[in-house]
Amino acid sequence: MSHIPLQHVLIFSAALFFIGMFGMFTRRNLITLLMSVELMLNSVNINLAAFNKYLYPQQTGGLFLSLFIIIIAAAEAAIAIAIIINLYRSHHSIDVDDATEMKY
Amino acid sequence: MPASAIFFYVIAAVILVTAILSVTTRRIFRAAIWLLFSLVGIAGVYFWLDMNFLAAVQIVVYVGGIVVLIIFSVFLTQGSGQSLPVPAKFRLLFSAVAVLLGLAFTIWILHGYGFLATAPDVPAVEMKEIGKTMLSIHSGGYALPFELVSILLLAAMVACIAIAMKIPADKKNV
Amino acid sequence: MLNVTNILIILFLPFINFLVLGLGSRSIKQPVSGTIATISLLLAAGLSLMVGYQYFMVKGMVNGTFPPIELFRYPWMVFGSKLTIDMSLVLDPLTVMMLVVVTSVSAMVHLFSLGYMKGEERYTTYYAFLGLFTFSMLGLLLAGNLFQIYIFWELVGVSSFLLIGYYFSKPSAVAAAKKAFIVTRFADLGFLIGILILSFYGETLDIATLIQRLTAPAGSESMAIQTAEWLGISALTWGLAMIFIGGAGKSAMFPLHIWLPDAMEGPTPVSALIHAATMVVAGVYLVARLFPIFQLSAGILELITYTGIFSAFFAAIIACTQTDIKRVLAYSTMSQIGFMMFSLGIARPEDHYLGYMASLFHLFTHAFFKSLLFLGAGAVIHMIHSNEMNKMGGLRKFMPVTHITFLIACLAIAGIFPFAGFFSKEEILLATYHANFPVFVMALCTSGLTAFYMFRLYFSIFWGKQQAQDPHHSEGTFTMKLPLILLMLSTLVAGFLPFSSWVFQGDSHELSHINWKFSVVPLFLSTLGILIAAYFFRKPSSRIADTQKLMGGIYTTSKNKFYIDEIYLWITQRVLFPLVGKPAAWFDKNVIDGTVNGVGSFVGSIYYFIRGMQSGKLQDYLLYFLAGIAAWMIYFIYIWK
Repeated sequence: MSHIPLQHVLIFSAALFFIGMFGMFTRRNLITLLMSVELMLNSVNINLAAFNKYLYPQQTGGLFLSLFIIIIAAAEAAIAIAIIINLYRSHHSIDVDDATEMKY
Repeated sequence: MPASAIFFYVIAAVILVTAILSVTTRRIFRAAIWLLFSLVGIAGVYFWLDMNFLAAVQIVVYVGGIVVLIIFSVFLTQGSGQSLPVPAKFRLLFSAVAVLLGLAFTIWILHGYGFLATAPDVPAVEMKEIGKTMLSIHSGGYALPFELVSILLLAAMVACIAIAMKIPADKKNV
Repeated sequence: MLNVTNILIILFLPFINFLVLGLGSRSIKQPVSGTIATISLLLAAGLSLMVGYQYFMVKGMVNGTFPPIELFRYPWMVFGSKLTIDMSLVLDPLTVMMLVVVTSVSAMVHLFSLGYMKGEERYTTYYAFLGLFTFSMLGLLLAGNLFQIYIFWELVGVSSFLLIGYYFSKPSAVAAAKKAFIVTRFADLGFLIGILILSFYGETLDIATLIQRLTAPAGSESMAIQTAEWLGISALTWGLAMIFIGGAGKSAMFPLHIWLPDAMEGPTPVSALIHAATMVVAGVYLVARLFPIFQLSAGILELITYTGIFSAFFAAIIACTQTDIKRVLAYSTMSQIGFMMFSLGIARPEDHYLGYMASLFHLFTHAFFKSLLFLGAGAVIHMIHSNEMNKMGGLRKFMPVTHITFLIACLAIAGIFPFAGFFSKEEILLATYHANFPVFVMALCTSGLTAFYMFRLYFSIFWGKQQAQDPHHSEGTFTMKLPLILLMLSTLVAGFLPFSSWVFQGDSHELSHINWKFSVVPLFLSTLGILIAAYFFRKPSSRIADTQKLMGGIYTTSKNKFYIDEIYLWITQRVLFPLVGKPAAWFDKNVIDGTVNGVGSFVGSIYYFIRGMQSGKLQDYLLYFLAGIAAWMIYFIYIWK
């Protein structure tokens, strides 16, 4: 764990975050969109864990924050799936460009 | 270079590559599997950071729960064999440019900040400590968030059932 | 007596007529509407006569002139200390005289129309328009401010348009109304430019002040206007020329006369009012009003003189060959107004501005006998149902009253003693004799021609072989005969009025003396004209046809009004439309409309862009969200201190 500057870890997590963002912009299927969101959440988790280890090694703040993020991400993914299933029932498609009822 | 450093770079590369694959592949089932690999890799990073508990939770919840859930939903909504549509060229280009610019900007900020060069060589927090802190009601304890999160999970469960419930045909106008 | 209230009553009675009858044109029917209008006009005429009596006899002269009385002044639009447009009512000898003329002739026309327009569908509207016209004319006369004159000038044009186009189902009437309005409007452009030039240098729009400033011998404004130049002509000359153009348009001077014959499409009482006595003399009135300023420019006075005499002679030639009785009378009006114009032009300080007094005297008498002629023609048309002279003849048996009154009026216009026209024409000829001999010769010829064509008209209608069938109705109602009789009495009396002691310019001088030795030649010429007319037209014969063949080309040219209308049409269609009209229309449609539409479509495109931002797509919203976050980040990291 030593010999790696904190910056490298942070850059890595930033890259992961932006990959998730790219997926969010590009993907048309709602489920793949959800997968990209999970990637972004995970990058944040890595950030928090790294800060915890490098800056406050004796404390547990970052660990618990990551823990709670994982828990809440799980809940959010479940609800998102429920919504997707509901949408599929009415539109018979989970293409994000087909659900444009909120248009002008 | 010590082995841990090499390990980190290899794992990081694996994670990034599988993430890119997950985000760009045209087959939904493969995207889910690439995501799975990515999440397992992230668990590996947690192991490297000496946070065993977090790594375990990551594997159990994320990989064993969320990815499975995603695969279920793939089966429920459309066939996994179908190809995903390719997004418009303009959208691809624009997103790629935006993402790269953002990444460059972030790296530039991070570079200018004076972070530590190395991690202090201190033993990891014990599992016992983690458990005590989680349920402690004194200052520095996480009992309240713990309870709140459990309520949240309950609410999420109820909400999922309510949203995804099929309304019986004879009760549709209620 | 000479207070604001009376004048306002005179001015606004016709206007109230217009409003009430105009708004109630469906509910107030004949003969109620006609009676109301006639009674109010008779009231106004009576009031004007009383005002005249008070002004000239009771109030009398002060320091050798009748003082102008400013009754009322209200600053209407104030743009700065130098530019204010007031509404003012001013009484002047000229104004009082014209008030009497306009109200009495209008009252006679109202009375006559009771019988003439009976049975017309839009009877009430007719009286409403007459009221509007009288109001506008009176407002023009009472105005003390140049801009106010212009406003009422335009109103007079509008009412004339409405009245000429009264029978709007006839295309010829509509065309005539348009022609009148457009020609006079075109002249009014000149009038406006003249007003602007004069008021710019005189630094005021008020007439009395303007005259005072511009005629002061070494005043700053007077020097300024005479030294400023454009294309080698002084600003004073330009201003006066423009104003004269405006006056010439309304008074049907050559070449802006083309609307007057066509305006005969309106009902005959309208012609009696507008095109004989009131509107067409507005140009003469304008020149008389600004007379001291006109005196400053010898060139403009020459222009006025030559335009006047040419119009007079030109119209007289054309009138000799026309067959429509109203057209003959229209050209006769143009000719007489030409007399009035050149008389104003040749007025000189040496003979105490005799020309000014003579011109206005002729205006006064001409109003009475010309309207009498028109109303008489109206009675004839009412009986025969046609305007053409070759359908008439021998009517003296059937219309005794009309016959006598028409005869008196013809004698008056021919200038036979003791009728009114003799006195006024003598004064004009006397003034011209002393001032400009060639003009005098032409004026003599014109008055001879006048006698000839008027008696040609008279003999063709009342003598000769009867062409029409025996008319089955009587001469006309009492209300039609009464105005004829009253106007005939005025024609007899008006010549003897001491006009020159009332309306004059310069120092007061008892000018109306009859120079009997001088009058011999004009009287002789007029009598000669009458006899020649009698020779040809009293009994039907082939002399007319033979003489026409003899005159040949001259006859046809004169009959076709010297093709002036055709020239105008050619110019309009070949020159104006393609060279001026089309480019202007192109510019308007493509550049101006294009700009406005362009602004609109530009705003529209912005709208579509903003609207497109609400696409309903999840990823677009994500994009805006993240872009906002990025912006905030940059702001907080770099810009916020």
